[in-house]
Amino acid sequence: MTDKTAITLTVNGSDHHIACAPRKTLADALREDCGLTGTHLGCEHGVCGACTITVNDAPVRSCLMFAVQAEGGDIRTVEGLAKGDDLSPLQQFFIDEHALQCGYCTPGFLMLIEGTLRQTPDISEDELDEILSSNLCRCTGYRNILRAARRALDHARTTTPEPAA
Amino acid sequence: MTDATLPNARRSAWIGQSVTRLEDRPLVAGLGRFVADMDRPRQLHARIVRSPHATGRITDIDCAEADAMPGVTVWTAERLGEVPRIPFRATKISGLEPYVQPVLAVERVRYVGEPVAIVFAEDPYVAEDAAETIFVDVEDDNPPILDARAAPGTFLPGISTEPVVVEKGYGDVEAAFAAAAHVVELDLATGRHSGIPMEPRGALAEWDAGRGHLDLWGATKRPHWNRDRLAEMFGLSPTCIDLHEPHVGGGFGIRGELYPEDVLVCMGAMRLRRPVKWVEDRREHMMAANHSREQQHLIRAAVDADGHILAIDETLHHDQGAYVRTHGARVADMSIGLLLGPYRVPAYAARAHFRLTAKTPAATYRAPGRFEGSFVRERLMDAIAQRLAMDPLELRRRNFIGTSEMPYQRGLTALESEVVLDSGDYDGLLTKAQDFCGWNDMQAEAAARRAAGEAVGIGLGFFVEKSGLGPSELVRVTIATDGEIEIVTGAASLGQGMETAIAQIAADTLGADYTACRVIHGQTDRITHGWGAHASRVTVMTGEATRRAATELHDRARDMAAELLDALPTDVILDGGRATNTATGDHVTLGQIAAALDPVSPRRGDRQPGLSAEAWFHNTHMNYPYGAHIAMVAVDTETGRTTVERYAISYDVGRAVNPAMIEGQILGGLAQGLGGALLEEFRYDQDGQPLSVTFADYLMPSSAEMPEVAIQILEDAPSPLNPLGLKGSGEAGVTAAGAAIAAAIDDALQRPGLVTRLPVTPQYLHARLAQFDAGGDA
Ligand code: FES
Ligand code: FES
Repeated sequence: MTDKTAITLTVNGSDHHIACAPRKTLADALREDCGLTGTHLGCEHGVCGACTITVNDAPVRSCLMFAVQAEGGDIRTVEGLAKGDDLSPLQQFFIDEHALQCGYCTPGFLMLIEGTLRQTPDISEDELDEILSSNLCRCTGYRNILRAARRALDHARTTTPEPAA
Repeated sequence: MTDATLPNARRSAWIGQSVTRLEDRPLVAGLGRFVADMDRPRQLHARIVRSPHATGRITDIDCAEADAMPGVTVWTAERLGEVPRIPFRATKISGLEPYVQPVLAVERVRYVGEPVAIVFAEDPYVAEDAAETIFVDVEDDNPPILDARAAPGTFLPGISTEPVVVEKGYGDVEAAFAAAAHVVELDLATGRHSGIPMEPRGALAEWDAGRGHLDLWGATKRPHWNRDRLAEMFGLSPTCIDLHEPHVGGGFGIRGELYPEDVLVCMGAMRLRRPVKWVEDRREHMMAANHSREQQHLIRAAVDADGHILAIDETLHHDQGAYVRTHGARVADMSIGLLLGPYRVPAYAARAHFRLTAKTPAATYRAPGRFEGSFVRERLMDAIAQRLAMDPLELRRRNFIGTSEMPYQRGLTALESEVVLDSGDYDGLLTKAQDFCGWNDMQAEAAARRAAGEAVGIGLGFFVEKSGLGPSELVRVTIATDGEIEIVTGAASLGQGMETAIAQIAADTLGADYTACRVIHGQTDRITHGWGAHASRVTVMTGEATRRAATELHDRARDMAAELLDALPTDVILDGGRATNTATGDHVTLGQIAAALDPVSPRRGDRQPGLSAEAWFHNTHMNYPYGAHIAMVAVDTETGRTTVERYAISYDVGRAVNPAMIEGQILGGLAQGLGGALLEEFRYDQDGQPLSVTFADYLMPSSAEMPEVAIQILEDAPSPLNPLGLKGSGEAGVTAAGAAIAAAIDDALQRPGLVTRLPVTPQYLHARLAQFDAGGDA
């Protein structure tokens, strides 16, 4: 079929040497070739945000990007948030605030918040709320996600961010 | 060991605590296992070729190009040969059989999105490429029927597109209308929308030819029923098929029914002797998974001079779409069976025209028949109040069934059971709801803002839900020698938090830590029977079966512990994961007790080996939680856009196992209810082409559309039908959303009776305002 190219993706600080067709999306490459299935697909059209990851700290929709475009970038997925068994504060806020039910949209929301706060730790609450309206969740009715995000914002304001491992 | 300080309070009183969920940790870590995340060695990937036409005779399916592609296999109905059709699970009304959907279209297509062929390939991208080369030639003969009120057409020669008219009722309706002081009539409609879980559907099947055994991953909702039906369809023993429920990204009634794709994937695995994986894309989901909600209601009430309802007469046209799927006529049937909600109605006559159209087949979606019915009934109550110049809340109070009348026999059936309202204080809840939301202040604020030129209004919808559908559930609880507790149930989990709720009930009963519990669900190889997750049944049915099994284990553990502690059983309490002698403070852990009951343990004596118990709960009647939705909206009269500013829900759940999770269910349900009230609709053009197949055309609420919501959970009316008094909470957030929003918009625009149809989109509102102001009816 389509010829495959050898590329290297740097995901959560580790290099993945994979061979993939130029038309393969970054989301599919992460899931199928890197074995990182925490990144989910809800629409493959760039609308729902379930596939959100960060590339060089910017939240991006991995269903809209080709894997080959991500070579050389610092790719972060939900699997990279925890340090070993220790969840990140953001992950813990989601649990404490009942900000998930089925959990399908959760990786996308987590990475959207993570990337946003890394890029703009001084973002206003209203701006953060507005950014969160770009991802869809069908279970929670959003209010608890907004609460968890607010806590993450407070946390970001009061702590100096650690560089990602 | 001795522990001198016994806790005064029971540490394991988990029921009623808003603990964090057991489900969450893997899900926030990206370690969930959804069906698309699973693979089997040497698997093939399937892609469905779907009809691009709404209706017509298939003249040709050109597969030549796909057939020539290496490694590609294509099946059409003809190549597949005879396959039994998927039978009905619910509300089997005789005469529905001809309308069942074949797994691949036979001779005709009947809606856009109908499976006409399946492609198998080594790679999902290749499967998609191959599917795109397949052309389906269709000869349009009859124009598609797209309105359930249009005259029925022909489904097959001699068979009409109206399979059945369901009738229900009691009392002398004619006499009541003859004697009425007022007759109020409304013509109302709800739009076509559906559950739309964020995770698309998927299936992965593997056939082990040596063992003659089929495994299917991706099941949910009704794994045991689906296993049994697949066994029948394939001529296999149910012992040769297992269904496995992985993580599930939301169901809302639509996921987990047996769909044509599930059958095709299994057949692929069995015939091609390789595992087959299929994951749909969003566009397919919108055209192929069950739709719901589209109904038209002509409802009339006979009322006396004081506002007492004397009779209701109702004609429903239910738009079923192109085939009848597993639910049979359930939604139409329960729409009229549960329509009356909390009100006393001395005489009732209803007929539901269950009609097929050239659209995606419909079935249940969270609060099926009750979202629609509550909209209709509460619109009617508001219209009666308007006609009699009466306060709409006072009108409701006059017609509420009283606490002293409970249990109240409706004289109707729904979900194949008699409707008997088990307990409730509707009047009391309405008072609490008014206090809770600050009804008078809200009214004053809205009036002041209207006086200042804004279009702000308040609406109320009162509703009765149903939950705890039987017939049965089986649970097995086992305490391991390390003190961990395994609870196996045939119920299912679609993300609603059932593991946590069931763990809380088990741990509370056993005197253990709820985090020591592991709840196994949706695995047919782990338990013989199961009725799954639907109709807000899991907390009630699995919860009570769990309590029973845990009670037996509690007593057996205490008996063993008494010997280990040299105490009287009555002096031993189980709490915090251990048994304590209250006389001495000595204790042993649950794990030590389990070890002492090991089959070869010398301490066991002639006690039953192990620490494992099974229990059944059987239930012939549903229970009926209830509540009120109160909305405050502002309408932008320029754009026609409605903003929900504030929302309050009061809900009596009988007994709240985990209030935070119940609030979560209600909030999430409300988002879906607001979607159905204001945004979401599957639209079709006049040729039957669907216009809402992406998230850009089918608008679901985002966080920007969700107001702050105040939720009041009440426990005033525990169910007498189970010892804990449990009722379900899965659907309460949806039920009266359409009703409350419609009333609030009427109020905002000071035009009683304005809203006659959902969703109230800006386009609808503009058109309807013009019509209303010109003096026209709906
Ligand atoms: S899957 Fe990428 S935005 Fe929906
Ligand atoms: S938690 Fe299910 S989609 Fe968000």
